[in-house]
Amino acid sequence: MIEVRSISKFYANKKAVDTLSFEIHEGEIVGLLGLNGAGKSTILKMLGCFLVPSQGDARIGGHSVLENPNAVRKMIGYLPDTPPLYNEMKTRHYLDFVAHLKNVPHDKVKEFVAIAMQKTQLGEVADARLSELSHGFRQRVGIAQALVHQPRVLILDEPINGLDPIQIVEMRDLVLSLKGQHTVILSSHILSEITKTCDRILVLDRGRLVAEGTESQLRGGASRGLEVMLEIEKPTSGMIEAIQNLSGVESIREGRRNQQPVQLLIQCSTDLRPEIARIAVESGAAVLSLGKKEAELETLFLKLVKGEGEGRTHG
Amino acid sequence: MAKIWLIARRELSAYFTTWMGYIILFAALLIEGLLFNAFAIGDAPKFSSDVLKDFFYYSSGIGMVAAVLLSIRLLAEEKQSGTIVLFYTSPISERQLVLGKFLSAWLMYAILQILSIYLPSLIFLEGKVSLGHLFSGYLGLLLLGAGVISISLFASVIAPNQLMAGVLAAAITVIFLLLWLVSYKVDTPFREVFMYMSIHNERFRPFSVGVLHIKDCVYYLSLSWFFIEASIKSLETRRLQG
Repeated sequence: MIEVRSISKFYANKKAVDTLSFEIHEGEIVGLLGLNGAGKSTILKMLGCFLVPSQGDARIGGHSVLENPNAVRKMIGYLPDTPPLYNEMKTRHYLDFVAHLKNVPHDKVKEFVAIAMQKTQLGEVADARLSELSHGFRQRVGIAQALVHQPRVLILDEPINGLDPIQIVEMRDLVLSLKGQHTVILSSHILSEITKTCDRILVLDRGRLVAEGTESQLRGGASRGLEVMLEIEKPTSGMIEAIQNLSGVESIREGRRNQQPVQLLIQCSTDLRPEIARIAVESGAAVLSLGKKEAELETLFLKLVKGEGEGRTHG
Repeated sequence: MAKIWLIARRELSAYFTTWMGYIILFAALLIEGLLFNAFAIGDAPKFSSDVLKDFFYYSSGIGMVAAVLLSIRLLAEEKQSGTIVLFYTSPISERQLVLGKFLSAWLMYAILQILSIYLPSLIFLEGKVSLGHLFSGYLGLLLLGAGVISISLFASVIAPNQLMAGVLAAAITVIFLLLWLVSYKVDTPFREVFMYMSIHNERFRPFSVGVLHIKDCVYYLSLSWFFIEASIKSLETRRLQG
């Protein structure tokens, strides 16, 4: 559905997006993840035909954003980071205007607006002025304007930006409810949120794609080996040395210094939990727990970004 | 054409829902009325045609200020509030957007001129003027308005905010106003060029006395066309540069 081929964007001499390529299949919800300034919004703007790429091209539904932007515009719904709302208009009139702007046939406008309002649950504010709406409702109207013409592709730039926790859950449910009806590409710098909404994640750093895949694929790719946590009452003599001598153990450190019970964090290249358990029991230590420590999402993200940065520095 | 009218209609309704339209119309009509009574009618006896000529003279000045105020928000506000994204990501061209915006401001300006008709109508109470003179003067006002609106629209496209757009629009308009003065200070062929480009003195005066020259109509239409095209090109460039 979306093919991005070696796309770049320069702002003066600064490269905001650097020869980026990826594909998104029909019906997928894909998240662009990156820190501020990673190039997420620039990519979405180019896909939305709001910006022209400096190099490369992107195709949506077979149409090039360079050669046939109007055909692309007919297929997409776009929500920028700030919803494009006219404060003096009422919700229904605004969606009516957008529907006409997006080529919805005149006799279908009412029906399409009603569907968009129903999907985004805007019924209670249908006749309210947009200036009077809360941030959450304004974001909903922003999504409604993006899908009022029933586009095949939805481009959502930071849809949960500035929402409170309840509104975030509502927005997540709303985006998930669009699955299957639209191909969705959204951006966020909040990793935990993007993993809950998206089928696949594209991780960006300084305009480049540094990782791509599902959450578990990214976890696998980012963590070199795994970390085993062993909790014991007190280490016995020779136990730590015996574990250290195991083939595949890279390092051992104490999780909580000078505290009982003792927590050992063992970095291994493969899963050595059976061997570690055997050594601990044989040495007479009282084992309280043994488990694989999952990397925190934020740590995972930083590893991905940092790893790419280091690679580039040395490369 | 449907898209141009769609954009123009939304803009027109925005003038009235935000009160800005009412305020500009009220202020312009109030000042026109005061100037009409104080200077166009005045104390000394005058021919009706002179009263009408003076009315058009004062109306043209107020009309130019109103045209600037009506137009500076057209695209500067869209850029400031971020609503311009809506147009860039919709299947409409920059030309449709600019023409829709221009049409809305020009129609608003036309409403101002229509509402001012009661002033010259007062001349009929105690005097006599030809309908041709009236028609010519109003045609001149509408053409002059189109020129100033297109200049202000261009300023609104290139300026980062409404204030800057206002300053820029006023500056360009004043330069075009003063070109006839500059023309007296330079030699041929610049004298003729500056005289030709002057937006008011040599161009509007014939309309205000009831004389209609095709060349003056062509001037105002070409001025409007030039700045509308410049606005379209600026918007296209903006999308390229980001």
